[in-house]
Amino acid sequence: MSETIQEAAVAVEKKSEPLFSKKNKKLITNPLDIDNPITVQVLGICSALAVTTQLKPAFIMALSLLVVTACSNVAISMMRNSIPSRIRIIVQLAVVSLWVTLVNELLKAYVYDVSKQLAVFVGLIITNCIVMGRLEAFAMSNKPGPSFLDGLGNGLGYGLILMAVAFFRELLGSGALFGFKVFEAVGFHYKGNGLMLLPAGACVVVGVLIWLQRSFNGYRESH
Amino acid sequence: MRQSNLYIVIYASVLTIVCGGLLALASEGLKERQQFNIAQEQKKNILSTVITLEDGQDISALYAKDVNEFVVDFQGNVVDGIKPQEVNLAAEYKKSPQDRLLPVYEFKNASDPNKVDYVVLPIHGFGLWNEIWGFVALESDMNTIRGVNFDHKGETPGLGARIASDAAVQGRYRGKSIYDGDKLVSVTMMKGEGNDYSGKPHEVDGMSGATLTGKGVNNMMRDYLFCYENYLKKKKANS
Repeated sequence: MSETIQEAAVAVEKKSEPLFSKKNKKLITNPLDIDNPITVQVLGICSALAVTTQLKPAFIMALSLLVVTACSNVAISMMRNSIPSRIRIIVQLAVVSLWVTLVNELLKAYVYDVSKQLAVFVGLIITNCIVMGRLEAFAMSNKPGPSFLDGLGNGLGYGLILMAVAFFRELLGSGALFGFKVFEAVGFHYKGNGLMLLPAGACVVVGVLIWLQRSFNGYRESH
Repeated sequence: MRQSNLYIVIYASVLTIVCGGLLALASEGLKERQQFNIAQEQKKNILSTVITLEDGQDISALYAKDVNEFVVDFQGNVVDGIKPQEVNLAAEYKKSPQDRLLPVYEFKNASDPNKVDYVVLPIHGFGLWNEIWGFVALESDMNTIRGVNFDHKGETPGLGARIASDAAVQGRYRGKSIYDGDKLVSVTMMKGEGNDYSGKPHEVDGMSGATLTGKGVNNMMRDYLFCYENYLKKKKANS
């Protein structure tokens, strides 16, 4: 979290820098690795466990969250100088709910079967800690441009992990990728591991991913 | 200024009105498409009780070609002037059986359009947590089950929700019969899973861990099949 606050301070200092300056690029790349919302900050876990049995719903969920974080960040950032601080959380919540409801209506209209599968989880993006966390930590004190990148970065960081988890769960759980039976296509009979289809399987996969990531980038929990 | 009560009240009001307005606009704009999707889903569910659908098939065309839809009352007489789409089963289910409007979907014979191959009857009930509903398709003898399709609002995923997600659970109903001689007995899902009911025409294997949802399904089937009894009798007498 301390890194996040430093970033926020840095972005405030420089008033007129290009949108894709070195620092702003970090807003996108950091959440993918050293500041990942799921594996490092451990936020938004519940949906990561719930919607990752198959790649397709995981992809739509990641896309929905990406849209919601990016748009809410921009909206709150544009409103940041007018929001009364006493009701700022409620204002943030209202803006997030607005975007989530819009996304949900769009899903119902254009990808009905997926929206049925995701059911309540899209609605629950409202309470997803990643969205609120970014609004409070970044958008409230930064301009719309960087806020948009920050939202995009965190949405991508979340989506990356979601897709990775869903990849292993669908492959090992049902022997398929995006519904395509991979093992059968290469002429190998695979029965499917039931554990991978349960939330516990997702816990295991997320755990392994965190382990791998930390052994690669040498991240240590600071005490 | 930004901390005064008046500012906060005005700010909150404006925000609410703007958000509410935007949502109302989106909901109105997308309504038609959403309702089309819901109607399409229903047609798909009706068709799937009788035939195996494949990806990319034109549901609307198939439905229009094969299905003859109308509404009957408890006495089994056709009610004129109302379409099945206009019947809200969730509301009808709360009325007493004699007053319910009952939609019927008949599958026409491909060569003789006056002959009916299957009838599909919508059913509605209550599971463990919330409402459940579905369709039962009967063969032309009005006794043998051709197939069923269930859906639910909030049954437990992996347990009761299997009535919708597990094709094998729905498949257990195929070939069972709802009449014992002349008496309508429906088909009952038993407690426990993994037992063989192949010799018993009115019983199907249960779902482990979801006995209460199973009971809900049994009540729904019995309740609604009795509502349709007069219609089924007439249909049998005619053929």
